[in-house]
Amino acid sequence: MENILKVENVCKNYGNFTALNNVSISVPKGSVFGLLGPNGAGKTSLIRIINQITLPDSGNIYLDGEKLLPKHVHQIGYLPEERGLYKSMKVGEQALYLAQLKGMSHAKAKKKLKYWFEKFEISDWWNKKIQELSKGMAQKVQFIVTVMHSPKLLIFDEPFSGFDPINANLIKDEILKLRDEGASIIFSTHRMESVEEMCEYIALINKSNKILDGKLSDIKTEFKENKFAVGLQCENSEGLYNEIKQKFSVEKSENYNDANLGITIKLPQNETSTNLIKFLNSKSQITHFTEIIPNANDIFLKAVANNE
Amino acid sequence: MNKLKLIIKREFLAKVKNKSFIILTLLSPVLMVGLIMLIVFLSQKNSEEIRTIAYIDESEILASVFQNTEHTKYINLTKLGIEEAKNKSSEFYYGLIYIPKPDSLEQLSKGITFFTQDSPSLSLIGGIENKLENKIRNLKLEQLNFDLEKLKSAETDVDFNTENFSGEKSSKIGGILKMATGGAFGYLIFMFIIIYGTSVMRSVIEEKTSRIIEVIVSSVKPFQLMLGKIFGNALAGVLQFIIWMISAGFLLFVVTAIFGPEATNMDSGGMQVAPEMMNQVQQSANSDLEFVLSEVKNLPIITMFFSFIIYFLGGYLIYSSIYAAIGAAVDSETDTQQFMMPVLMPLIIAIYVGFSVIENPHGPIAVSFSLFPLTSPIVMLMRIPFGVPWWQLLVSMLLLIVAFLGIVWFAAKIYRVGILMYGKKPSYKELYKWLKY
Repeated sequence: MENILKVENVCKNYGNFTALNNVSISVPKGSVFGLLGPNGAGKTSLIRIINQITLPDSGNIYLDGEKLLPKHVHQIGYLPEERGLYKSMKVGEQALYLAQLKGMSHAKAKKKLKYWFEKFEISDWWNKKIQELSKGMAQKVQFIVTVMHSPKLLIFDEPFSGFDPINANLIKDEILKLRDEGASIIFSTHRMESVEEMCEYIALINKSNKILDGKLSDIKTEFKENKFAVGLQCENSEGLYNEIKQKFSVEKSENYNDANLGITIKLPQNETSTNLIKFLNSKSQITHFTEIIPNANDIFLKAVANNE
Repeated sequence: MNKLKLIIKREFLAKVKNKSFIILTLLSPVLMVGLIMLIVFLSQKNSEEIRTIAYIDESEILASVFQNTEHTKYINLTKLGIEEAKNKSSEFYYGLIYIPKPDSLEQLSKGITFFTQDSPSLSLIGGIENKLENKIRNLKLEQLNFDLEKLKSAETDVDFNTENFSGEKSSKIGGILKMATGGAFGYLIFMFIIIYGTSVMRSVIEEKTSRIIEVIVSSVKPFQLMLGKIFGNALAGVLQFIIWMISAGFLLFVVTAIFGPEATNMDSGGMQVAPEMMNQVQQSANSDLEFVLSEVKNLPIITMFFSFIIYFLGGYLIYSSIYAAIGAAVDSETDTQQFMMPVLMPLIIAIYVGFSVIENPHGPIAVSFSLFPLTSPIVMLMRIPFGVPWWQLLVSMLLLIVAFLGIVWFAAKIYRVGILMYGKKPSYKELYKWLKY
């Protein structure tokens, strides 16, 4: 798989403070890549380096196979977490200006903006000033400004903050559509459910170090603990529970109402579920058998806790 | 380069479209011309007033002094006696001069009293005293048997023709002219730096508080943005000054056409030049206009023009980049106070030194401050009309360029880090750390 972005051994220090320590990531083309980490981990520092807002102390960055150069800012679209627009400037004028700073010609920018404004049904905002718009409305304009120059790489830092659920969904769909059209997306957020929904790949940064990266599905496999949620139906559930307890490590779980016995069983790393099923089947009727796969939230918490 | 142009254009338009800018630009010339007219009007009113002063001359030899003049009428009340004359004068006249009967000519000058309602101006007292002194002196001289006619013919008046060693004529008028032009240039730069430097700072703070800054610097280099701001604001400033000059000139032309030339005796140049200086020039000009014109020609106009451009650019760029760095370092305008003082200090010192330059354009203070790059744009421009050795000019400009490069580099570093910092009020120590980021 080809990478749109390759970050190699990047270090960044601010005085005595280390913001990034030897961080490397690879973002595959055409994917949504989640850049995760607790507050102050160094995500924003890394994003700023990719955007060439700051320079790394050491390390290399490649965009689409080429060493990152100032001209590449035209191929990147960035929606920062700290974002805003000129309050007293008109929406259209402002969007045109920002498009031109991204290297578009005036005519082309105008055409493209028309397309986006019509798509979001906000054409009548063109001559309004930002200060006349609500925060959510301004965020829509901000999103358009980020994507209008059709960049190869899009970087969104908390893109859904400030949006109501309807507009958040609209933006989410637009981001996925952009991915389908060939753009690659780096997505930094604390909302794990949107990571689950959107990201194919993730990297986790904690305390200036990358502690985890790869395909989300692989990471989930890696993080599963051979745990199974089981629902059983039998005469003597208490007796069965004690019987199982002697052979496996078991926890009672409360939320299997339709079964006489709901339990979570953890198998040793080298054992498969086959023997467990056989054993359970001989003792009772299995109503429910699922492998517990960790979600992004669990992985995040666990990985960070392990790193402490 | 193209992006820099875009930024300059935006900054220029943002400034020019601003309502307060438009109002200030259009209203200032009207206010200025109005003020000039008011002053002219009031001073005319003042001089039209005619005073009537009564006098009692008991000595009976000084009455010939009190001849009516354009603004003063004298009335002899000797016959009424002192008490009655006082009553009458306090009711109808500006004042009463009482000359008692003296024992001798020696005593005559001692006992004279001037009664008035309010205290009279020094020039009025001086004028009357002068006349009395002359008369009494002449009387004394006559008493001592001097021939007044012969004395008069012996009076002499010395008036220097001043000329420097290379043969150029110089004069007091020329000195005033030099002072005025130098002062005007220096003051213009001072005002421009303060007004448009602050405007650069505000524009930086606005970008920080509206949080658009990170969006912008993901497209352009912070340094480009800073330069764009500085040039954009400067262009707006130049435009404003041009509009002021043209409209002030036009308004004065209209005023002259309506009220006649006396109304604009203050001259259109009065904007930057202190009015009293202008008056002096004006008075002298009336006496010998051609000579003044030749003095103007004698000024080092070409040197002044080019050095104005260089010092204007240098001074403005140095200070506005410092202003930009301050704007980047803080979160709001209220936090700028602690950094403003060190910036304003050299500017204010330069203006004060400028006054001493007028006294002594080649003294050690004038020379050293016209070499020091933070004050040279103002002080050197004030010195240039008096003639500055070429090596001083060269050293001063070199220092200015070196300082310009150094300070802009320094300011750009602080700016680059500062625009992305929120929430803390930085100390000088913090700023020093930023230099190494």
